[in-house]
Amino acid sequence: MTAYDDPYLAGVGLGAVLLGAYVVVGHGLGASGAFASVVAAGTAAAVGTARASALPAVAPYLPQGITSFLRDWFVLELVGVALGGFCSAWLAGRLRARVERGPRVNNAQRMYAALVGGVLMGVGAKFARGCTSGQALTGGALLSAGGWIFIATCFVSAYVVAPFARRLWQ
Amino acid sequence: MTAPLTETGALGSVGELLVAPLIGFGFGWFLERGGLGHAPKLAGQFYLTDLTVFKVMFSALVTAMLGAFWLDQIGLLDLRLVYVPETFVVPQAIGGMVFGVGFLIGGLCPGTSCVAAATGRLDGLAVIGGMLTGIAVFNTMFDRIARFYESTALGAVTLTDLAGVSRGTGVACVTAMALTGFALAARMERLRR
Repeated sequence: MTAYDDPYLAGVGLGAVLLGAYVVVGHGLGASGAFASVVAAGTAAAVGTARASALPAVAPYLPQGITSFLRDWFVLELVGVALGGFCSAWLAGRLRARVERGPRVNNAQRMYAALVGGVLMGVGAKFARGCTSGQALTGGALLSAGGWIFIATCFVSAYVVAPFARRLWQ
Repeated sequence: MTAPLTETGALGSVGELLVAPLIGFGFGWFLERGGLGHAPKLAGQFYLTDLTVFKVMFSALVTAMLGAFWLDQIGLLDLRLVYVPETFVVPQAIGGMVFGVGFLIGGLCPGTSCVAAATGRLDGLAVIGGMLTGIAVFNTMFDRIARFYESTALGAVTLTDLAGVSRGTGVACVTAMALTGFALAARMERLRR
């Protein structure tokens, strides 16, 4: 297993990709929107496209019915994210099937915490209209007011709660 | 002015979809290269034992910000045609707070959870499952929260619009802030050793 790249080097590479997105497609990166698209398709599969399209929170993700997510830019981008991450880890010998956790929790506790954290991020990203990709990075680099509100509130709340969650990570 | 390519007509809607996985590939590649597919490493940011998240995030933000600013200045990119997410002050502040707690507990954010899952980390899969559940919960409650969700709307506004200063001033301030942060990070790491 090889060492990670210098974080500043990885950051500049990531920034160049984000800049490339602005130049080529006229918008930035995202992640949570792709999840919302998949949830919309799942909802359409569960209750039928007509009923799902009548839901105001779901309808924007179903412009072309249940298969909309296959033509959603952010879903296709996120497939690329998984492939890029996989190839990078593969070439560096970092592919491992395992649960990564803090030293004082077991695998089951870690998986449960990851699920709960995911639920909170899902709800939070909906209210914020984006996550660390779509708001913090993309919006932040465009000096978007909402992007910077997200950066500030996200980090402040994580630091405030961190001492109470020490057992999870230290 | 030659960009954004989708706005100048150089790239059609099919082309736009075809480049999505390529751009995503670069995104995932650099997240993994920086070590951001590993929850304990990300969580280290919140205990100041590992400052990788801050370093990667802000060097990426500053790179893209400076690149976009200067490409606009020399006339290669029209920044007015680049989509700026709309601002909703209170819902985004509350959303950011809830997200922050989720990030701390989950140890991965939505993008990095995909990298973690794709490299075999099962906790990344759990974060993805949680995200999907959280979004479904939000959708179910939407009728009751729609008014709050749409409140305090400012439109596609930037910090420099609000402060009444030029974009260049804002870019310079953010760059100075990031460089100060990088210097502080280096100092903290020296003190720890």
